[in-house]
Amino acid sequence: MTLATLLAGTIFIALNVYALLGGADFGGGVWELFASGPRRERQRELVAEAIGPVWEANHVWLILAVVLLLTCFPPAFARLGTLLHIPLSLVLIGVVLRGSAFTFWRYGSPGDEEQRHWGTTFAIASLITPLLLGTTVGAIASGALGDAGRAPGFYENYVAPWLTPFTLSVGLFAVVAFAFLAAVYLTLETQERDLREDFRRRALASGAALFLVAGLALLLSGAYAPVVRTALIFAAWAVPLHLLTGAAAIAALWALWSRRWRVARIAAATQVSLILWGWALSQYPYVVPPDLSIGAAAAPAVTLRLVLAAVVLGAVILLPSLYYLFRVFKRSPQSSAISHQ
Amino acid sequence: MPDLLAARSQMGVSLAFHIVFAVIGIAMPVMMVIAERRWQVTGHAIYLDLAKRWAKGTAILFAVGAVSGTVLSFELGLLWPEFMRLAGPVIGMPFSLEGFAFFTEAIFLGVYLYGWGRISSRAHLWAGVAVAVSGAASGIFVVIANAWMNAPAGFALVNGQAVDVDPLAAMGNAAALPQTIHMTLAAYAATGFAVAGIHAFFLLRDPANAFHRRALEIALIVGAPAAVLQPVSGDFAARHVAVHQPLKLAAAEALFHTQSGAPLTLGGWPDLTARQTHFALELPYGLSLLAFHDPDAEVRGLDSAPQDEWPNVPAVHLSFQLMVALGTYLAVVALWVAWLAWRGKDLAHHRWLMRAIALATPFGFVAIEAGWMVTELGRQPWVIYRVLKTSDAVTPMPGLVVPFIAFTLLYCFLGVIVAWLLYRQIVRSPSVAEWRGFYMPEGEVR
Ligand code: HDD
Ligand code: HEM
Ligand code: HEM
Repeated sequence: MTLATLLAGTIFIALNVYALLGGADFGGGVWELFASGPRRERQRELVAEAIGPVWEANHVWLILAVVLLLTCFPPAFARLGTLLHIPLSLVLIGVVLRGSAFTFWRYGSPGDEEQRHWGTTFAIASLITPLLLGTTVGAIASGALGDAGRAPGFYENYVAPWLTPFTLSVGLFAVVAFAFLAAVYLTLETQERDLREDFRRRALASGAALFLVAGLALLLSGAYAPVVRTALIFAAWAVPLHLLTGAAAIAALWALWSRRWRVARIAAATQVSLILWGWALSQYPYVVPPDLSIGAAAAPAVTLRLVLAAVVLGAVILLPSLYYLFRVFKRSPQSSAISHQ
Repeated sequence: MPDLLAARSQMGVSLAFHIVFAVIGIAMPVMMVIAERRWQVTGHAIYLDLAKRWAKGTAILFAVGAVSGTVLSFELGLLWPEFMRLAGPVIGMPFSLEGFAFFTEAIFLGVYLYGWGRISSRAHLWAGVAVAVSGAASGIFVVIANAWMNAPAGFALVNGQAVDVDPLAAMGNAAALPQTIHMTLAAYAATGFAVAGIHAFFLLRDPANAFHRRALEIALIVGAPAAVLQPVSGDFAARHVAVHQPLKLAAAEALFHTQSGAPLTLGGWPDLTARQTHFALELPYGLSLLAFHDPDAEVRGLDSAPQDEWPNVPAVHLSFQLMVALGTYLAVVALWVAWLAWRGKDLAHHRWLMRAIALATPFGFVAIEAGWMVTELGRQPWVIYRVLKTSDAVTPMPGLVVPFIAFTLLYCFLGVIVAWLLYRQIVRSPSVAEWRGFYMPEGEVR
């Protein structure tokens, strides 16, 4: 394996963790939006308590992926920034609104009318941002961001590559997957039985929906993302990967059904990760298909070596710190509201 | 609005917005840690209360800093793809290191803000220390990247491609040391004086209020030494600029003609057509002295380069004057504080001092914005000094005025909300009647 491939893999791991942690924080916002039934206020509280201490740390995985990309694969960063300017700008607006609205909601004086609006802003931004983020992933996977082959013109270059039925289906997939993850995780965040059941039902429903959306995306990939689709069907790893993913999906639903919360959490995270790696493998060796490969986009070897050293050093500091953070806040579910004040 | 101008404006607005929160994120943890440590040592609950109140306000500011920083890291690619293509391999390293610093900061911030009572008080204090250290580190890393844009190093340019890349040499560029020192001090000076100013304002009404007295003390411990050192480090920065970016210094000083024994120009309006500065006060030999520590040294003027390579002279000159004026004011007030404290005076009952500090509340932040205008506008027309023109770095995407307006409105909106939330909290905080005169009836400030 080359150094560049190793770093591309590292970046993808960061994205994968972002999907599992940051993604679930988006999913929490979705459940905030769809809070319903007699315990809707408690549902909202639970979402906020679960996200509060960790969302900034979860969010940094995205930043890490971005800064590693711009250092190790600058031409890829430049091209994505140029051609995906519009959806990425919208993602950023979503990120800004979501993060700040969440904080305003939690830190303002509780209970007044205005707090409600912040909660709603947070929820809507949590729905739209992953949709757009998924769309950009769809645009990359569909191979529409090549250097050649686009007619000149604003629409052809800056809109058409990311606005197709396929990219939108990937966006939808992201929303549903994140909502699914969030619901599964939330069953472990509370001791209240009723509340747990609320999220169990949500997890089962969104898990079933995930099957449908994944099928839709696969169907549309035939017309819109030929490279990825071919690999997903014919590559040597394709069948084992599909079998594993399917097994994880069924295990997640079964575990939810039989109320084995911890198993459900592991299975759901595995399922989503496998789908992401399916995407990565299917477009390997390209960072931006169809023409920008890992080797061609890579920075000089000195840079890559230094970044790798930094990643290793960073991991030595970060992983124990992260473990500590999650141990403090995620071990005991009886978490209280923000405890200062 | 031309696309290049829109892109530059969007970058400028985003950075000017972010820097406010970044600076607070660097300095506030230090103050919270001092307050918490004093609580542990003295057992006076007033310090704990202070640390918690500061933490509450800071949580909002941190979140806004984090999201506006995210915007910036994407904007490097959204607005300046050609810049990143060239700069990425060379100077991406500090950005990656910065990523790790943010990570440490975000983790321990979560522990610090939500961990009261959940972890031991020792662990809590150390979490605060980790936030303070990693906050300073992230600022230093990103300023190293900016310094490289001013004094590029660590590569050779062949056919528009960077070859012989040496990221460590790039990080050790000539501007890195002066800029990081000056910026880090700026963070402590600006935040320290802003916090001191708010509490001084309340002390003017109620000088015995122990809560505000304690807060003022801690804020000044952080802000005053930095404010005294700031002109010294600014002089260091200026001497670097004189050697490596003579046109920037010429613009900052509105020096149109190369001359030896150059005077220091105070105030005035640079007239580009007449090539002279009207209404200015000139101190003979001042500039040569300051820039080269030699009254007869030759200082290069704007006329040493064709006019299309000049930066925006009036803007750079006025920004520079503003920064230096505010810096001088802060340093003088800081020295005054030191003098009174050394003579054992009660600062809070010194009405003129309290007025002077209250007046200074926004000054550090204004100086920071002005200083960045000097650095960034003064580098134009280059994005990487003498390597890449800003106009060659911008994205080909048309219609950039739309995102510029969208982000500007978004930031204006957020700015108003944040200001309002903080205002509500600050107004609510002082009415701690029970603290008043509790520990120190007339009390000297120790
Ligand atoms: C509290 C804020 C503050 C204060 C009081 C001062 N500065 Fe400053 N200055 C900054 C905050 C700042 C800054 C915003 O942090 C800058 C922008 C880039 C940088 O590294 O620092 C800066 C840049 C900057 C530069 C340009 C560096 C470059 O482009 O490479 C010079 C020459 C000075 N400063 C000089 C001074 C002098 C002579 C001061 C005397 C009082 C002074 N500054 C006070
Ligand atoms: C936070 C403090 C900063 C402020 C207030 C600031 C301000 C500005 C302004 C006003 C511009 C527009 C200048 C012009 O084009 O006329 C600009 C451009 C730019 N800045 Fe900064 N800047 C800051 C820090 C940084 C840092 C730390 C970096 C990089 C590491 C950076 C990178 C850039 C780039 C790439 C541009 C666009 C190209 C250019 O105009 O030269 N800036 N900034
Ligand atoms: C001189 C200018 C800058 C300084 C001193 C600075 C410093 C900081 C600090 C201390 C933080 C964390 C504290 C907080 O969240 O409030 C922060 C956040 C951030 N900054 Fe900046 N920054 C500067 C400019 C930039 C630039 C040019 C970029 C773009 C690469 C950037 C990217 C970020 C990001 C991505 C975050 C979010 C990290 C998180 O989620 O915790 N910053 N910055």
